[in-house]
Amino acid sequence: MNMRLLWLGLLAVVLIVAPFFTYPVTLMTILCFVIFACSFNLLLGYTGLLCFGHAMFFGGAAYITGHILKTTHVSLELALLGGVGAASLLGLLVGWISLRRSGIQFAMITFAIAQFIYFIMLQMPFTGGEDGMQGIPRTKLFGIIDASTSFEYYYVVLAIAALSVALFYRIVHSPFGEILRAIRDNEPRVESLGFKPEHYKLLAFVLSAGLAGLAGGLKATVYQFATLADVSFPISSEVILMTLLGGLGTLTGPMVGAGLIILLNDYLSSFGEWALITQGIILLIVIIFFRRGLVGELNALRRKMRTKASPKAPASAEFASRSPGA
Amino acid sequence: MFDMISPQLVFGQLLIGLINGSFYAMLSMGLAIIFGLMNVVNFAHGAQYMLGAFTAWVLLNYLGVSYWPALIIVPIVVAFFGIMLERLVLKPLQNLDHLYGLLATYAVALIVEGLVRQKYGSTGLPYGSPIPGGVNLGFMFLPYYRLWVVVFSIVTCLGTWLLIEHTKLGAYLRAANERPDIVESFGINVPRMVTLTYGLGVGLAALSGVLAAPVYQVSPSMGSSIMIVIFAVVVIGGMGSIIGAIATGYMLGILEALTKVVYPAGASTVIFVFMILALIIRPNGLFAGTGKS
Repeated sequence: MNMRLLWLGLLAVVLIVAPFFTYPVTLMTILCFVIFACSFNLLLGYTGLLCFGHAMFFGGAAYITGHILKTTHVSLELALLGGVGAASLLGLLVGWISLRRSGIQFAMITFAIAQFIYFIMLQMPFTGGEDGMQGIPRTKLFGIIDASTSFEYYYVVLAIAALSVALFYRIVHSPFGEILRAIRDNEPRVESLGFKPEHYKLLAFVLSAGLAGLAGGLKATVYQFATLADVSFPISSEVILMTLLGGLGTLTGPMVGAGLIILLNDYLSSFGEWALITQGIILLIVIIFFRRGLVGELNALRRKMRTKASPKAPASAEFASRSPGA
Repeated sequence: MFDMISPQLVFGQLLIGLINGSFYAMLSMGLAIIFGLMNVVNFAHGAQYMLGAFTAWVLLNYLGVSYWPALIIVPIVVAFFGIMLERLVLKPLQNLDHLYGLLATYAVALIVEGLVRQKYGSTGLPYGSPIPGGVNLGFMFLPYYRLWVVVFSIVTCLGTWLLIEHTKLGAYLRAANERPDIVESFGINVPRMVTLTYGLGVGLAALSGVLAAPVYQVSPSMGSSIMIVIFAVVVIGGMGSIIGAIATGYMLGILEALTKVVYPAGASTVIFVFMILALIIRPNGLFAGTGKS
């Protein structure tokens, strides 16, 4: 436990001094995607639901937060909350419709609904269509704290990201989180114990949508614009890759994955199509060879070394085989 | 409001709807066949369709092979690629959660589309019609090639449906999905049958791609954009129901076209609205009962 506190302290120091050494916008992008990856991990890693269109919450909230900031003069946190609220509401609606089917069909339905949202955003006048929404102002936080330069704003984003990760940790380690994991591993058993899995899944979906909305809204304030790219499928697919690469159902894995993929995108941005091709290759390699992801494999390795004598390591987060058509 | 709409417009759009519906039906059918036997949602289906169109274009422009031989060669070539994919990627994943199959085929689609775009660019490439000309029906002009597409797709869909639902081979396929152990005890090589079925599904996608080349422009994104609709079609029709996929495919093509006549702005979203309504009213699919749940 002390070891863990030490690591946490070290991480905090690194994060606080980081903008002195690197470009703050890249760091903020990573932090936004850390929140986004946590929201996705809550669904796929802890509940076993593959949302194949998580960009609808991310991009939808980016537009809403941007629109609030552009048209009103409310303080920053209210605009972000507006985005979170809108994303949660959308999550409630989409969850209510798509949770009627499970497993693979749930994935396909969320995929199709996300495209529907994309087309709506394309046609809505307030989003600016193909041109996107430009010139989103960064208003004062709580009406008093001015953090308009990127360097200052980094600390705002860092604080929000830290709070989001703490919230994610709380959700996952609460009794509610325990039930989500039980649903992932054996839904009929949970039902037979008298719980209503559909209610828990819907709540998890709404929470995840809200958290994704926070990530999207935050990104809109970082870049000061929101575009169709934020609601489009590549964002949905990136978050899947981040989560799988880092380690499905591990606490830190998806955050590590988010950092790696953003850095990779940055590095490959001048190589045209190779960024997407590389993403595809990484995803394929992860799925075929190490489904536990980087952090998951590392944990498994550590566990193996620690329990050399004891006969069996605990189960991993990797999905068990389910009955066909589930 | 309806008296302003000319019959030319309505019939013209109906034809477009029927054409789009032909492709929706053929692709959804392939997806349903693959899902029915393997429980894999083949996300690469769109990429394989695109690959079919591109292979036809490459054959024509580099080797001078015309449309008609391409209609036979291309599906075989692309099906071979599919068979390798099944052996190398899908087979190791078959005992895991089905989500991995979806994600793996998605990764393949990403790679294939990216490579094609890297090589040929994003703009559409033209492919001349092999049957130029058309006939004036009085109320509209009907290009011969479009007529060929509709007839060919209906024949292909019906033929494939008959093959799977009404022949001994089809019976084996369906039985292998339910109880592979028992089918295997009859001396049938189930893994090989699974591979060949995937090849059949991929071949159908490539065949649709060749058929589509003269209608739409040959472009790297043609696959991913049609996949969005195909997913909706399969969800509406009920997963794994072949006849459901075919019927829903044609129906949605026509629905989309008629929406274009009545309310043009809604044409791109009508299919999704329909899907959402269908999910609320009939959560198990419009044609549920014929397939597996």
